[in-house]
Amino acid sequence: MKVAVCVKQIPDPALPGELDPSTNTLKRTDKPILDESDSYGVELALQLVEAAGGGTVTLVSMAPNSEVAGLRTALAMGADGAILVSDEALAGTDALGTAKVLAAAIKRAEPDLVLAGVESSDGYTGTVPEQIAAAMGIASVTFAKKIEVVDGGLKIQRQTDNGYDDVTCPMPALVSVTGGVVEPRYPSFKGIMAAKKKPVDEVGIADLGIDASEVGQGGARQETVAVVDAEARESGEIVVDEGEAFERIVQYLTELKVI
Amino acid sequence: MNNRNVYMTDELQAIYDQTVGFVAKEVTPFGDAWEQDGKVPRSVLQKMGELGMFSLRVPEEHGGLGMGMLASATFSEALGASTYAGFDVTVLVHTDMSSPHLVNGGTDAQLAQWLPGVLDGTTVVSIGVSEPDAGSDVAGVRTKAVKDGDGWRINGTKTFITNAVYGDLTIVLARTSDEKYGLSTFLVPADTEGFSVAKKLDKHGWRCSDTAELVLDDVWVSDDQLLGTIHRGFYETMRNFQNERMVLVGMGVGSAQAAIDLTNKYCQERAAFGGHLFDLGAIRQRMAMNQAKIDAVRASMYHAAWLSDSGQDNVKEMSGVKAWGCEAINQVMYDCLQFHGGMGYMRESTIERMYRDARILPIGGGATEVMLEEVAKRSY
Repeated sequence: MKVAVCVKQIPDPALPGELDPSTNTLKRTDKPILDESDSYGVELALQLVEAAGGGTVTLVSMAPNSEVAGLRTALAMGADGAILVSDEALAGTDALGTAKVLAAAIKRAEPDLVLAGVESSDGYTGTVPEQIAAAMGIASVTFAKKIEVVDGGLKIQRQTDNGYDDVTCPMPALVSVTGGVVEPRYPSFKGIMAAKKKPVDEVGIADLGIDASEVGQGGARQETVAVVDAEARESGEIVVDEGEAFERIVQYLTELKVI
Repeated sequence: MNNRNVYMTDELQAIYDQTVGFVAKEVTPFGDAWEQDGKVPRSVLQKMGELGMFSLRVPEEHGGLGMGMLASATFSEALGASTYAGFDVTVLVHTDMSSPHLVNGGTDAQLAQWLPGVLDGTTVVSIGVSEPDAGSDVAGVRTKAVKDGDGWRINGTKTFITNAVYGDLTIVLARTSDEKYGLSTFLVPADTEGFSVAKKLDKHGWRCSDTAELVLDDVWVSDDQLLGTIHRGFYETMRNFQNERMVLVGMGVGSAQAAIDLTNKYCQERAAFGGHLFDLGAIRQRMAMNQAKIDAVRASMYHAAWLSDSGQDNVKEMSGVKAWGCEAINQVMYDCLQFHGGMGYMRESTIERMYRDARILPIGGGATEVMLEEVAKRSY
């Protein structure tokens, strides 16, 4: 079984981020890390390949400056190799452009299944996985909490507000994976050392048959017109307990429909 | 946490990050309970074993990664982020103070028998050198091994032996000749007849690390359990001393960095005098000096490790950083507790434990005074 996993390398959330005022985009100067929301897809892919008795897990990523630091983490977990799209022309590419680029890169791996996080932890558009599926012309299932291969197709538990739906679909397909549904494995020390030797196929947009006019800021259909600070949080309501504060708490939780 | 240094490769950085992430999730949340129990659960050690965390210094042909002292420096510093030095030392006695003797001197049969368990954490190892009258003065060992048939009869007492209460295998240094340095090392499994834990020692810090006083009462071991060369145990033991010294500094650096980080955070949040504690020059400058000290200790430690990895003698440099580095780490812990005020004196505070834990660093693995003599001997 061949599984491709979309992996984003993002600025470390533990470090203070900064926006470039000229483009209103995030400055990406420090070494990136693997987006935690993608680690679930990597784990599920490894489990599916193990359950299938063999196959490959190929990571697909788009990042500036030939960055591989985040990819190495996922390779250390056990992925077999990676395709990295890195090209100066991609600076400022919007979500749709990113999806087209990733779709072209994924096709090189000829996967039976494509996994992706629901949304990245830095951009949060939450649209790229489905756009990739559309660009590739394959089925798309969102918010998966469990994936099984049954009779050559996929049986998926799709998370909903009330529980989950059972969904079946043929392969190839793209499935977006809900965060937290599996426990991503720790990379072993041996895996860390082996990751250095695993193949990373770096390609540019020309290799993917994509014209520069379709990507980058010039090709973007979405624009960040302004960035404003979030409003300061107001202090909460202080309830002085004179023996009946619980009633206010119950009322508050009821208003929130928590209880 | 900040561990930037010139010797850090992508792989070492990944090992550091992985270890820091592991201890944050698998150690720190449970450390208080382990401190109460006086032991680190075997399950967490076996989990580390499964992840290859005990394999850094074991040669590749024996299933390890065959890395050098820079890897141990990185690993020990990362463990220090746990804030539970008792846990850190439990691991490092196993990986960097005891099992290297097995790796360095073991026969093929000994390696085949013991290394798989060392690597996967099912065999926890301790090193039995110190005695009531012989600590930093290794040549003063009195435990005696006398030839007896196809083996050796060992009698004596060992003390301050980390990992020996709940461990599986002790590497015992014993006198085998009347020559001053006539010592040899033996592999003694915990279930050997006559080998017993006389007392589980009650310590000032490192509460979750088990420390034993051992009695060897007519313990008989076969010739196959002699480790290394007969009468060469003193030199073979000394061979690993630089590594032992370094990992104590490493865990101390990681711990001190964690203490600085949490103290800075505390001072930035603690309201006082119309602002926050960190607004006071007396505090912010002192903490800046503490950061500078730890940065310097870190740089010196990695430099000394690099000397060894590049085939150069590093006794002077490692002894130096063990001496002043461990003193500096204690100075940092003092300030960090001080700036926590009364809360820092409470048993419930993290810094109170870290302050206690750090006190052993200038004593264990070669006291400051012994280290300074090593530097002095090589300086003039």
